[in-house]
Amino acid sequence: MLHQPSGNSALHAYLLLLPALVLLVAFTHYPAVATLIDSFFSTPKGGRPGVWVGLENYEVMSGDPVFWKAATNNLWFALATIPASIGLALVMALWVNERMTGRGFLRMAYFTPTVLPMIAVANIWLFFYTPGYGLLEQITGLFGLPSHNWLGDQRTALGAITLVAVWKEAGFFMIFYLAALQSLSPSLREAAAIEGASRWYFFRRVQWPLLMPTTLFVMINAVINAVRMVDHVVVLTRGGPDNASTLLLYHLYEVGFKFWDTAYAAAITVVLLAVLASVALFQFFVLDRKVHYQ
Amino acid sequence: MQRKTFTRLIAATAIAFGIAPLGASAQAPTEISFFYPVAVGGSIAKYIDDLAADFTKENPGIKVNPIYAGSYQDTIVKALTAHKSGTPPVTSVLLSTDMFTLIDEDAIVPIDSFVKTADDRAWLGSFYKAFMLNSQTGGKTWGVPFQRSTIVLYYNKDLFKAAGLDPNKGPATWAEMADFAKKLTTKDASGKVTQYGVQIPSSGFPYWLFQALAIENDAVLANDAGNAVKFDDPKVIEALQYWVDLAKQGTHPAGIVEWGTTPKDFFEKKVAMMWTTTGNLTNVKNNAKFDFGVSMLPSAKRKGSPTGGGNFYIFKKSSPAQQEAAFKFIKWVTQPERAARWSMETGYVAISEAAYNTDTLRKYGRDFPAALVARDQLPFAVAEFSTHDNQRVTKALNDGLQAALTGTKTPAQAMQDAQKEADRLLRSYK
Repeated sequence: MLHQPSGNSALHAYLLLLPALVLLVAFTHYPAVATLIDSFFSTPKGGRPGVWVGLENYEVMSGDPVFWKAATNNLWFALATIPASIGLALVMALWVNERMTGRGFLRMAYFTPTVLPMIAVANIWLFFYTPGYGLLEQITGLFGLPSHNWLGDQRTALGAITLVAVWKEAGFFMIFYLAALQSLSPSLREAAAIEGASRWYFFRRVQWPLLMPTTLFVMINAVINAVRMVDHVVVLTRGGPDNASTLLLYHLYEVGFKFWDTAYAAAITVVLLAVLASVALFQFFVLDRKVHYQ
Repeated sequence: MQRKTFTRLIAATAIAFGIAPLGASAQAPTEISFFYPVAVGGSIAKYIDDLAADFTKENPGIKVNPIYAGSYQDTIVKALTAHKSGTPPVTSVLLSTDMFTLIDEDAIVPIDSFVKTADDRAWLGSFYKAFMLNSQTGGKTWGVPFQRSTIVLYYNKDLFKAAGLDPNKGPATWAEMADFAKKLTTKDASGKVTQYGVQIPSSGFPYWLFQALAIENDAVLANDAGNAVKFDDPKVIEALQYWVDLAKQGTHPAGIVEWGTTPKDFFEKKVAMMWTTTGNLTNVKNNAKFDFGVSMLPSAKRKGSPTGGGNFYIFKKSSPAQQEAAFKFIKWVTQPERAARWSMETGYVAISEAAYNTDTLRKYGRDFPAALVARDQLPFAVAEFSTHDNQRVTKALNDGLQAALTGTKTPAQAMQDAQKEADRLLRSYK
């Protein structure tokens, strides 16, 4: 650092960056590198230290049916939660952006799920889904529909946890859209009104393009959350029945901290990081070019 | 998985904080850290703090620091991570089934090495045999029973009366339970079930409840050495078939039954009989708005239930003085009078005959006979399913059970698949 060409000012800059840099290196970069290295060793057990095994952990992964099940589940989970939560957030934001009575209350109501801790709300959802007397059953019961065990059926367990995730996320994304909508100049709307543009036309040709930077930001967050959110899985299904609702991070947790196979867990982490990084890079470098910044 | 770094950081922090007090005083009391989980309702944490304070009062040279560590799963994660960083708790309450895992990680020391006097030996011999089964292997004792439980059957006496059954007797055999369940199942005009006869929870850890069925059908799931399982035994498959058939006959809810909502289902009269832990006894006593009964699990070829719950372990990487102090604390806390109080506070089974013979528990049992059912069932109880690489083997069994219960595999197919997976996992422990 000291022999940087620009001398004093560079030194100052680095000193200012140092605290953040130390934290990032200690808690993000070094662990990531250490994980990559660990993934090429066997799991140390008792007195036996880990030994170099090359790609064996990755071979185990490709032959692990639970890993593939978790990966497919996660893909469906992402494909459902990302568009659904973004779409819902946009609709809610457009609505609460209008002038109307009870707007403050509505905004708060939409944002509430985001504020509540996931473990607590998952426990509430557990009772929503309970067969027999759960809230969902009481509603479907009114229409004379048969009782269904939502979390206890392999066909509906994943859908049930996906719904909770969308419910939890949409309010959070709404805040970003709302902020972006409020930063749009009111003169655009007036101009559109004078030209006689319909609301849909105004949204499609003016609001939506101007919201693109927000959409990109929200989408990156949604992708990360699709891999990161597992608290509700722990409470609602613990990945069951028979792995029907297990997600990658939950599988990773089980391998690492229930089975104590830390080396294999490191290999899964590396794959997860690689996938996430490539998705993020794609979003930054490919989608970003199509985004219109003001 | 950033465990290595994590453990190093913890170690570094521990060293940083550990150095400071060294200079302060050389004659400090022996401090022992004690991790404990809370798995049932009630103000357990406060009670444990009181116990530790009382112990220090009687033994001024030792200071016990109880540390609440979350669920059983959280506690073992914390204890093992700390062990790998070199600073484990001196003692911890962990699942009795974690014994093999802790031995494989070289984390604990056998209790036998502290048992020196005749009094010590009498104390170690005072525990119920059923609880020691999960605490001993290879001729050594590795854990001391503390908060232990078994499965019992709770039933709604009002619904029994309404169905014309004797409210003072739970089902004694499988056939009787299936028959009772049929009589206790009610439907509304449209044919929708409004009240199920029986339910056995199958979320999270179905293996534990299934093990009861297997025992009752006279099958043994794992050997004592913990390196071989018999999931594909015809008697095991038959036990699973019985469970699956209950749901097929419509007297047991279809699919996976959630462990957490099962007591609630019982309170809401959505089910007339439920299988769950004795640890729920105080919960049911406080929340059931009707007269309820508790009975032993029904038998097919024999009576039986697995035990469950937590043992005390002593960790290897602590000083001999700390280990001795921990042993003293464990011995103190499991004395009959304290074990009796603990059982009443929590609903756990008291761990020794002597505890049930204390005035405290005698009186409690007289006023509330349901509290004694678990004790009466103990002579028929066997060790909870536990093997090397325990969680993984257990998962293979759990996945198989859930596949059969949700109908994606036949019981035979599910158990054969689980067997294959377990054989693969256990091959290196033979």
